[in-house]
Amino acid sequence: MASAVVPQLPVGGFSFENCKRNAFLASKKFPLPNAKKTGTTIVGITYKDGIILGADTRATEDTIVSDKNCSKIHYLAPNMYCCGAGTAADTEMTTKLISSQLELHRLNTGRVVPVCTNYSIAARDPEPMLEEGKVLVRDAIAAGILNDLGSGSNVDLCVITKDGAQHIRPLENIGIRGEKQGSYRYKKGTTAVLKANIIPLDVTDTLIKPVEAEPMDTSG
Amino acid sequence: MELTMQFKENILSDHKGPKQTYFSPYADNGGSIVAIAGEDYAVIASDTRLSAGFSIYTREQSKLYKLSQKSVLGCAGCWCDILTFTRLLEARMKMYENEHHKQMSTPAIAQLVTTMLYYKRFFPYYISNVLAGIDEEGRGCVYSYDPIGHCEKVQYRTGGSSSALLQPLLDNQIGLKNIQDATPVSIVKDRAIAIIKDVFISAAERDIYTGDGIVMHVITKDGITEEKFPLRTD
Repeated sequence: MASAVVPQLPVGGFSFENCKRNAFLASKKFPLPNAKKTGTTIVGITYKDGIILGADTRATEDTIVSDKNCSKIHYLAPNMYCCGAGTAADTEMTTKLISSQLELHRLNTGRVVPVCTNYSIAARDPEPMLEEGKVLVRDAIAAGILNDLGSGSNVDLCVITKDGAQHIRPLENIGIRGEKQGSYRYKKGTTAVLKANIIPLDVTDTLIKPVEAEPMDTSG
Repeated sequence: MELTMQFKENILSDHKGPKQTYFSPYADNGGSIVAIAGEDYAVIASDTRLSAGFSIYTREQSKLYKLSQKSVLGCAGCWCDILTFTRLLEARMKMYENEHHKQMSTPAIAQLVTTMLYYKRFFPYYISNVLAGIDEEGRGCVYSYDPIGHCEKVQYRTGGSSSALLQPLLDNQIGLKNIQDATPVSIVKDRAIAIIKDVFISAAERDIYTGDGIVMHVITKDGITEEKFPLRTD
């Protein structure tokens, strides 16, 4: 029994209490906002000695490209990286949060945190070798870059083995800018000067203070 | 017990009132148009990407229509409306030819486009039109339209998905807007062609509906020459 001195233990599992509220709000014409669809292309495969992740580098806001070279393969731990599709700020902050929690977990347990959910995903038979796997991921991302308007620019790759991770950014530039024909520099005096006001400063005193470089305190 | 109540509620809510279905006859298939008029020539260009949503239909679809030896129309927007509108326009031009025993002049086509667009005032063609050509005195001219037939004669104009990106660039580079002590001058043909290529390169960088390539028509008194130029394909 729960009381003021013996609090009830929290019940495990997912809390559904907001579902009822959301259904009620929806019936009152306040539906949940739609999840944002992004046209990102990301890929992950296992190969003989580890895994390979791939991603494009285009970020869009509606029909406008907002970032031509953004990084979508995020660091989680030395043996873990994560591809993110969705709202750029959300993928960045959630992976940062997970990364910090993983590091705390590692410090608490004193061992490398295992990736225990990733084993059965995309296991192929026979599994490809490294170069074969890289080409496969590159081709998949390149197909997304060329044929999906929400994906574009470059192919990023991340190869993870038991010895560590190698983040290759970029692996290849797919969308290449055309070459400009003319020059678009402005002549001096292009911008109109509406008003000029010069305030002379009087130097009354000069003091030079040398600062000694101090090593960072790492004792704690 | 509670289940049956919920079931009844659902049945009732399904029969609350008249059901509305939606009719959406328009699509946006993207694409951009740029046209510049000079002293004795006009240049008009479009990109060659035809798309819908996040998909590309084709990478090699010109949106320019050679209407006569002196005028070219550029259309961007709803592709099915473009097909219908240009077919009707060509038919109306043929009727004019048969009636008057001469080809329509560019200003006459400009007026016909207005009439045909406004005819569909309350169910418009979803197209941005830019008409380029040379007039009866041999001067270059560009006409730009809204979807329901308002017409404006200009020196340069952009249309389609990248128009909001490109028009300020042309205002600055050709209209010499916001430049101290600049007097607008007519622009030579080679520079017009170079500017058009450069603005399309820039549009392909930032607009997902513009890319793959451009086709350019240069209209002079000697006829129309065609030029192609690749853009990024991602």
